Amino acid sequence: MGEGGDTSGMDLTHSEEDEAFRRALKAWLRKHMPKRSTYVDGGDDFSYDDPRRVAAARAWQRTLYKAGYVAIGWPKEFGGQGASIVRQTILNEELILNRAPSLIGAMGLQMVGPTLIRHGTPEQQKEHLPKILTADEIWCQGYSEPGSGSDLASLKTRAVIDGDVFVVNGQKVWTSAAHLADWMFCLVRTDVDAPKHKGISYVLIDMKTPGIEVRPLKQMTGESGFNEVFFNDVRVPRTNLVGKLNEGWQVANSTLHFERNMLASTTRTQQLMNDLVALAQRRTRNGAKATRDPVIRQRMADVLIRTEAMKYHALKQLSDEIHGRPPGIGASINKLVTTELNHDICAVALEVLGNYGQLRRNAPHVEDKGAWPKDHMFTLGLIIGGGTSQIQKNIISERGLGLPKGA
Amino acid sequence: MDFGLTADQQLLADSAREFLAAESSPTTVRRISEDEHAFSPELFRKIVEQGWTGLLVPEQYGGLGLEMLDAAVLLTELGRSLTPAPILSSAVLATSLLCSAGSAAQRKQWLPKLASGEVIATVAWLEEGDRLDPGGILLKPRRARGGLRLSGSKLFVMDAEIAHLFVVAVRTGTGAGEAGVSLLLVPRDTPGITVTALPSIDVTRRVYEVKFDDVTVPPTALLGGEGKGWKHLARLLDVACVAIAAESQGGAERALHMAVEYAKVREQFGRVIGSFQAVKHIAAECFSEIEPSRSLVWYAAWAQHGSPRDASRAASMAKARLSDVYSRTTDRSVQIHGGIGFTWEHDIHFWFKRARCNEAAFGDPAFHRERVAQLSGW
Repeated sequence: MGEGGDTSGMDLTHSEEDEAFRRALKAWLRKHMPKRSTYVDGGDDFSYDDPRRVAAARAWQRTLYKAGYVAIGWPKEFGGQGASIVRQTILNEELILNRAPSLIGAMGLQMVGPTLIRHGTPEQQKEHLPKILTADEIWCQGYSEPGSGSDLASLKTRAVIDGDVFVVNGQKVWTSAAHLADWMFCLVRTDVDAPKHKGISYVLIDMKTPGIEVRPLKQMTGESGFNEVFFNDVRVPRTNLVGKLNEGWQVANSTLHFERNMLASTTRTQQLMNDLVALAQRRTRNGAKATRDPVIRQRMADVLIRTEAMKYHALKQLSDEIHGRPPGIGASINKLVTTELNHDICAVALEVLGNYGQLRRNAPHVEDKGAWPKDHMFTLGLIIGGGTSQIQKNIISERGLGLPKGA
Repeated sequence: MDFGLTADQQLLADSAREFLAAESSPTTVRRISEDEHAFSPELFRKIVEQGWTGLLVPEQYGGLGLEMLDAAVLLTELGRSLTPAPILSSAVLATSLLCSAGSAAQRKQWLPKLASGEVIATVAWLEEGDRLDPGGILLKPRRARGGLRLSGSKLFVMDAEIAHLFVVAVRTGTGAGEAGVSLLLVPRDTPGITVTALPSIDVTRRVYEVKFDDVTVPPTALLGGEGKGWKHLARLLDVACVAIAAESQGGAERALHMAVEYAKVREQFGRVIGSFQAVKHIAAECFSEIEPSRSLVWYAAWAQHGSPRDASRAASMAKARLSDVYSRTTDRSVQIHGGIGFTWEHDIHFWFKRARCNEAAFGDPAFHRERVAQLSGW
């Protein structure tokens, strides 16, 4: 094969060592999984409206870390295990399929941690990485602003150097978990005269610094998982700069290489699909089992087929990475396809539910604690967040198909 | 763990693509499609030299003895180039039936000739009802001196005019169930056979009506034993689904490629139309469907040997998805071409039409989604 890389052909089995890892993990989860009633109660991943939930979530991540099941892909010197991508995939799969509570420190583990490993100073690494692993530090991401959504690089939050500190003024928005975060990794403008991508710096901000105000935003789901964050003469030590001054855009983008979310997200889609099947098998429609309705069967089969396609596509991408074959334009396609597919799966569930699909979690007669209408909305949010579907299509058409940038 | 092709499979894909780019360009495809039977003996000879007619034929009968994933890799390239040649009909479908249902004598008689390209075979399954269930097979031979006598007709038989051998699905038993279905090997030159073209939108792949007027075949014509045909046809349906899905994958990739290349050079309002988001997003949507669907096709092809319990479900998934994706992609590819895409002169319509025929062949998306539902235990 022209591109090099090893080509042993189709083999969908893992090694005995990796399967042993899976078995041990499953056994561990059976023993240590927190009781659902004390934990996730229909809230989305970021709301954590009850302080007891936050405490329980921190404890869960700590327990998982001590057992050797957090950030296993990180290098050993930073508290990881240098585990293979296969192991990381197995870990993600099992956590999701066993419905383990999601990690409250995910933003730190997936975004800022890998960035610090790559670009941080030894002091930054020493100060933050251990606490990121144990959820002693919860992080939020200060990227979007009221005037800078899809056009993120136009961001205006200013950081002016004053001796040993940056003085930060401005506003961030849609900041998930800011209301409970200890730290924020933040993009700020440090050069207003440079072209927009070249005047941005990546700084770490302690959320307890005077001058920061966090205001929760109520989402269409009724929950408050994200926030507005205002900065009023917030003084941030210059030692909190990550990478070089005015090179924050490159620092932020390099983090994307660390993202393994694609694999996790296809597993999540499979789980959602399994939930839909279970729902349709116990609900009735027009006096018969919902799965006997020919239209429902067609719609369910359609989303199932698309789910399976993404599952195999994720396996292919994983294999390409393991065997050193060139990657495609995977991440953007995955983001576009899985977010829309998740929303479509929820839409089929609402069709199965009929009038019951409007009921919220505490309503009498509610099904699945109101998860379906909530997830139907939440998944719409994910089609928008993290680069809208339209932005993904721009990326796919430009980088995947070689079409020119628009005017 | 590896979800991917072997070095040999990748080599097959690369060499097939290179060969077909040279020997089966759109100009050549157009010229062959103007032939009465859309057949070029010269191109077919070159294809035989590539070994593709023997791809699925076991080595002991002079073939390469490869599996469905290899066939899928090749069919993806044939679908990309839209090559008019009896590979799907003869080398994949009829050959699969002979391999799975043939007696030792039948295999020995026909497989070497299929591999060498000396014989072209095709499957005659559908009748007026256009049904893929056992109840759709009504053609009922009578017992007669010297064997079985056949009167009636079969529809949508691919490449029938150039075929030397038909594998005909018939009803030898009573009722409408699986038990009465048999397969017959009927040489084209048996007296009483008439082949009539069914002019179709897809001029690159011809379909025919095959009429039988008191056609007598000996008892040795039975393939797979009397009343034992259905399981082989059911298996053939899976093979056909994978094959057509693979072909559709290649076709969709090619149609989108043509549209994207056109969008890079066609200018309106002083800029190439590929710089407009209205066009870019259509292309990106197609690409986002095409890329994951390749993995679905590979899995379905691999599952035919690698995961037999999931083979039918995977085949139906691939067929349903690729039917949708190919049709949608060619719709949009014509759209991106604008007015020129609507002309006969431009090539894009050939892919558009293959997409429609592939969508209907061996079960449309709704048929296969329902089959997926059943096989999922819903």
